[in-house]
Amino acid sequence: MAFIEVTRIAKGFAAPRHARGATGTRPVLRDVSLSVERGEFVSIVGAMGSGKSTLLSILAGLTPADSGRVVVDGQTVHGVRGDASFVFQNYSLLPWFTALENVRLAVEAAYPTLSREGQVARARHALEQVGLGDALNRRPGQLSGGMRQRVAIARAFATNPDVLFLDEPFGALDALTRDTLQQDLVRLCSSTERPVTTVMITNSVEEALLLSDWIVPMLPGPPATLGAPIAVQLARPRSAAQLAHDEEAAHVRAHVIATLTAALGGRARRMPARVDAGALAPVALASEESR
Amino acid sequence: MHMMLPAVGVGLALVAWWGASLRVPDLPSPVRTWEESKIYILEPFVKRGETDQGIALLAYYSLMRVAQGFLLGVVIGTPVGFLFGVSPLITRMFDPLMQIMRPISPLAWLPLGLVLFQKSEPAALFAIAVCSMWPTIINTMMGVRAIPQDYWNVAKVLRLSPTTTFLKIIVPATLPFIFTGYRLSLGIAWLVIVASEMLTGTPGVGGFLWQEYNSLIYAHILLAIITIGLIGFVLDRLMGLAEARLRAV
Repeated sequence: MAFIEVTRIAKGFAAPRHARGATGTRPVLRDVSLSVERGEFVSIVGAMGSGKSTLLSILAGLTPADSGRVVVDGQTVHGVRGDASFVFQNYSLLPWFTALENVRLAVEAAYPTLSREGQVARARHALEQVGLGDALNRRPGQLSGGMRQRVAIARAFATNPDVLFLDEPFGALDALTRDTLQQDLVRLCSSTERPVTTVMITNSVEEALLLSDWIVPMLPGPPATLGAPIAVQLARPRSAAQLAHDEEAAHVRAHVIATLTAALGGRARRMPARVDAGALAPVALASEESR
Repeated sequence: MHMMLPAVGVGLALVAWWGASLRVPDLPSPVRTWEESKIYILEPFVKRGETDQGIALLAYYSLMRVAQGFLLGVVIGTPVGFLFGVSPLITRMFDPLMQIMRPISPLAWLPLGLVLFQKSEPAALFAIAVCSMWPTIINTMMGVRAIPQDYWNVAKVLRLSPTTTFLKIIVPATLPFIFTGYRLSLGIAWLVIVASEMLTGTPGVGGFLWQEYNSLIYAHILLAIITIGLIGFVLDRLMGLAEARLRAV
């Protein structure tokens, strides 16, 4: 059995009466299955609003699924696992704590028996790993977006996780900051004591190409589901510049975009005409990334 | 310039007061009010009798009573607010009751306090606490409800214990709201003290006001009114400063 084994998950949310299905809910996900081997990096790629975040919340145990099962390391997921870390798109740092205190809060929760000095040392080390050794005592409000996300990444790695869930971790950052943070993430993932298994959701095919072993397209619904995983067999380390000219990368990119676009086309035909405007945004996104 | 306009406003109010005093024979003019009141202001700490005391002493009695009643209200109101904030069930249970109790005047609570405690001092504290705790409860509750989902996610993802979640996330996130509640509560407590002193005749600014009315010394009523207003203003400003400090963090 794979390290993360997701079996036929479905999820719906309470919806206004007119949008309800037979069960009184608006279906968001249907029949989602996924296997991730230990140490793999899997990216789920899809348009905004396609239910990716909901899926990740279910995998991480933040939200229960309506049906289906998530098994991580042989255990069915009920609630957040102790060996899992999460990085959110909007940083989710506590503004009244300094960078060090934010990270230490995670260390303290994961290692309650560790001495205070030990916790601080561990938090400090994690922040130094992401180049924030000079900003330990600054509050999130005094840090740039990129630095805040570095703190969030440091917090995620400070507890030496087995599983890492990344919810569009670079989505709110400018392109240059994104590049450097992606490289930092690659370095951190390969330098952990144990192999870390990562599930990332993103709307950027390039980002997925750069980081992943597998790319899983999210086929938009509603309800959305996952397409067949696409292997990314590119040598590491990878760089954005190299990926731009690599033949295999071009092949995978084309495959992913074709899958997503085909799914969108299917949706556009199924949906009433008035929501076509909403479907345009993901199309624009896909074409932007095919440049 | 920024002191100019308020000064003009006060000046206009004095002119209106003076104009009114020309028409209403019983209403002392500003000058007469000052003449008859200056002993209380110039000798603020002199005690001549039970209610015939310097204005600072009278204000001190009232403030002490307010402080006790306000603290009582805050000590009850803050935890209740947290409880309402985290538990929709408890909110649904007590919200109608709260909405009914909130608009009840201090003048109505005071007799009940006298029945319950038999003495005027605890009755006054009871009335202050009951009337002033609502803004604390409501603001604390709102503050907890306004905590962004992000912070709850942090608690979930880091698997923080309920105690840690409360101390490191709920309290800091709610603190600015709580202080807004305290500020409004203190304002109400100060309103209530005057009414309760008038009804119970205890020494203080309100008791003084009522006694001087009964003694037909109308200038002292105006002195008491102005004192009450100034003290209320200063209290509000002090709480406002504390609040601003918290929001800056």
